[in-house]
Amino acid sequence: MVRSDDFDERSVHLRNLSDEELDKRFWELVEQVVNPLVELAKTHTSPSIERSVLLRMGFDSLMAKSLVDKIFDQGLLGKGAGNVVYRFAKSKGMSDYVMAGKVLTEEDHWDEVRALFNGSDQK
Amino acid sequence: MKKIKPNEKLNVEEILKDLEHYVPRRRGWTWRKQKKNLKMGDYTYEQASEPLKNSIPLPAAHYFDNIDPQPDVVITSEIASGRFEDDIRRMRMAAWHGADHIMVIRTLGQSHIDGLIEGTPEGIGGIPITRKQLRATRKALDMIEDEVGRPINFHSYVSGVAGPEIAVLFAEEGVNGAHQDPQYNVLYRGINPVRSFVDAAVAKHIMAWAGMLQIDGAHNANASARISWKVIPELLVQHAINSLYSVKSGMKKENIALSTVPPTAVPSPTMRINLPYAVAVRELFKGYKFRAQMNTRYIESDLIDATRMHMIDTFISRLTSADIQSTITPDEGRNVPWHINSIRGVETAKHALVGLDGIKNYVKLDEKKINEKVRELKMRAILMLEDIIEVGGYFEAVEEGFFVDNGYYPERMGDGIKRKKNGEIAAGTVVPRDKEYMAPVCHHFGYNNLPQGLEKACDLIGGCTLCDHSKIKYIDELDESDNVNIRLNDVEKMKEKNLLKPEVEWANDGTIQIDMTFSEKEEIAEAAAIETAKRMGLTDINVIHKTILHPAEGTYLEIKAKVPFAIDKTKLKIPERVKPLSDNEITQFFKEHPITVVAGTVGNDEHSVGLREILDIKHGGIEKYGISYIYLGTSVPVEKLIDAAVETNADVIFASMIVTHNDVHIHNMKKLNELAIEKGVRDRFIIVAGGTQITNDLAKSSGMDAGFGRGTHGADVASFLVRKLRKRKS
Repeated sequence: MVRSDDFDERSVHLRNLSDEELDKRFWELVEQVVNPLVELAKTHTSPSIERSVLLRMGFDSLMAKSLVDKIFDQGLLGKGAGNVVYRFAKSKGMSDYVMAGKVLTEEDHWDEVRALFNGSDQK
Repeated sequence: MKKIKPNEKLNVEEILKDLEHYVPRRRGWTWRKQKKNLKMGDYTYEQASEPLKNSIPLPAAHYFDNIDPQPDVVITSEIASGRFEDDIRRMRMAAWHGADHIMVIRTLGQSHIDGLIEGTPEGIGGIPITRKQLRATRKALDMIEDEVGRPINFHSYVSGVAGPEIAVLFAEEGVNGAHQDPQYNVLYRGINPVRSFVDAAVAKHIMAWAGMLQIDGAHNANASARISWKVIPELLVQHAINSLYSVKSGMKKENIALSTVPPTAVPSPTMRINLPYAVAVRELFKGYKFRAQMNTRYIESDLIDATRMHMIDTFISRLTSADIQSTITPDEGRNVPWHINSIRGVETAKHALVGLDGIKNYVKLDEKKINEKVRELKMRAILMLEDIIEVGGYFEAVEEGFFVDNGYYPERMGDGIKRKKNGEIAAGTVVPRDKEYMAPVCHHFGYNNLPQGLEKACDLIGGCTLCDHSKIKYIDELDESDNVNIRLNDVEKMKEKNLLKPEVEWANDGTIQIDMTFSEKEEIAEAAAIETAKRMGLTDINVIHKTILHPAEGTYLEIKAKVPFAIDKTKLKIPERVKPLSDNEITQFFKEHPITVVAGTVGNDEHSVGLREILDIKHGGIEKYGISYIYLGTSVPVEKLIDAAVETNADVIFASMIVTHNDVHIHNMKKLNELAIEKGVRDRFIIVAGGTQITNDLAKSSGMDAGFGRGTHGADVASFLVRKLRKRKS
């Protein structure tokens, strides 16, 4: 889009606002821009977010990457990578979550894992 | 942890030892300890902080009892050598000069690596940020902060496609500050907009827990625009989007710093453009912090011009406010910054901030006058926000090229950066969280379907790394051919053989800079400069700067090149420094053997500061030992100096000479000697010459009894006199 500087006409509705009102108007608009973005972030996740969960669970970066790649490919990222590991370990009676994650990267247990969840009931 | 001594080098091996068990001392950001009405030497500072235990003051400090007042504002040094073992040496240099915010630039391309890097591979234009590199650097900074006596904030970047993981890494490893702004990913790294924002909230939430200071990325619009002041309305919008997004992700306002740059530079009338923007941003963003950055957009290869620009930029920080004064190395326009230029950048900031201490007592902005312009900027920003909402929101605005458009909003040039909501790098990788979504770790942003009744999320798994540092998995090295040990081997080999090379960024890199002027036009001068460097035996020759002195009369050039040899340290002839006698011994001697000195600056030389320092009691001059002197003033003819010495029956003549055109200093020393011989009085007097370009050897070969150069104190000269007189008497 190309437009010449029509500030004088375009800003007429702002001219009579006081300094405080101007600042208030600015922040109200910013809020309108930002709110949907925050809502999007609250309700979505990504491979990096899930790797950050695995790191916090005590995985090293290499294992976190390979496990999240697999979980993403299996369409299970929406359950949470940490959740997948947690439920799988519990079902196997393992208390070492990192070891459980390692098993998931090395062996095919994905049907078992899928059965541990109720389905793709999106929030 | 071992303490480092000021006269010893950092020991990288010591730093690398036992790194897997290192735990950072603290989390979060530290501001300087403010000292109102700080007294140092003869002066009182109103905008100062606690002085350092060890530091290097500004060049002129030796005239001011070597005081090194530290401004109230945190000073940043950006460090980017690409090798952490060289970075940490530079950090130590910067800390001694007054930097307490060390910003480590990442290697080219790390933004696009989908995951973490491990080990210590070499980077390009910055360093691969890894756990080992962070840990080693933080450990080195712990030693350095103990040495200088002030906490040092360590800082890098939470951006790219691995933001949340890097945030976790930083929180775990005691990194104190970071750049985080999803708009930076979108606009300048071409990363999918949705991914950038979704990742950012999680990263920010973790940073918030760690108490890290966040710096935004709005200044990049300024650096990318063709006519940088035209993006001012957009800068306000970008700052606002990231600031509010950060607050809503859990950050405190006081931990959010706006990265604000004076947008334009001279030859535009900078102050009238930059100042209203600086005021507008500070009015709109009350409660947030301000990281004042210096202009990078208009830095050319001229170091002095960059420095001039940055002085004016820092002036704006003092006329408005700043919590952090960032520095840009003046050589950013021509190479990856060198040691010396990192230090020069810090010195420029310190110089300007100290120089402008308390300026607002005398100089005030005319608020009424500036308000008109400030209001216009705010209105332009509001118009942009209205249009963003009108087109459907942030993502739609980015698709339509709203940002980094060279129009002065609402003007649009149609040349803005366009990014697709569902395109770009890592598109399609964001998925909705299911109702069952759960993350059994602490400080996780967003929907998390944790079981009821937990005190902490990580109770479910018996603790997470944020609660228990010992759960962190440390990887040492992954690449056997590219790591710090290999590089250190090379350095070690040189060290074993006592070999040295000059360096600008890496140990013994062999790079030097030389400058020269030819009385020729540019093309001829450039070819002649390269030929000169070749004949000097240098290799890898590059012209890094030219100044046209006149189209026909001359060209000034700066060249960087490598030296093809190494120096053997053991074969160097180092002039022995004569130690001065104790004050008591000198005073006692002159009590028993009183003498008179006749002194003056010789010829057409009006520079008397150096001589006064040697004479006056106030500056630790010889007067304090009971030596009486007759000061004849400046530009004293040689004859007059000798006649006065004869008339007053003096014992010693001090001849000071700073001017050295056509070797006039050598000529004057010789003349002084010859005239004294002619008059038959040479043996009666000890004749001493002094000046910045004088050496003892030069003075002696010109007929003087001794010569003293830069850095001489009264005690050195007095000690010489005692020794000389003792010899005469024995």
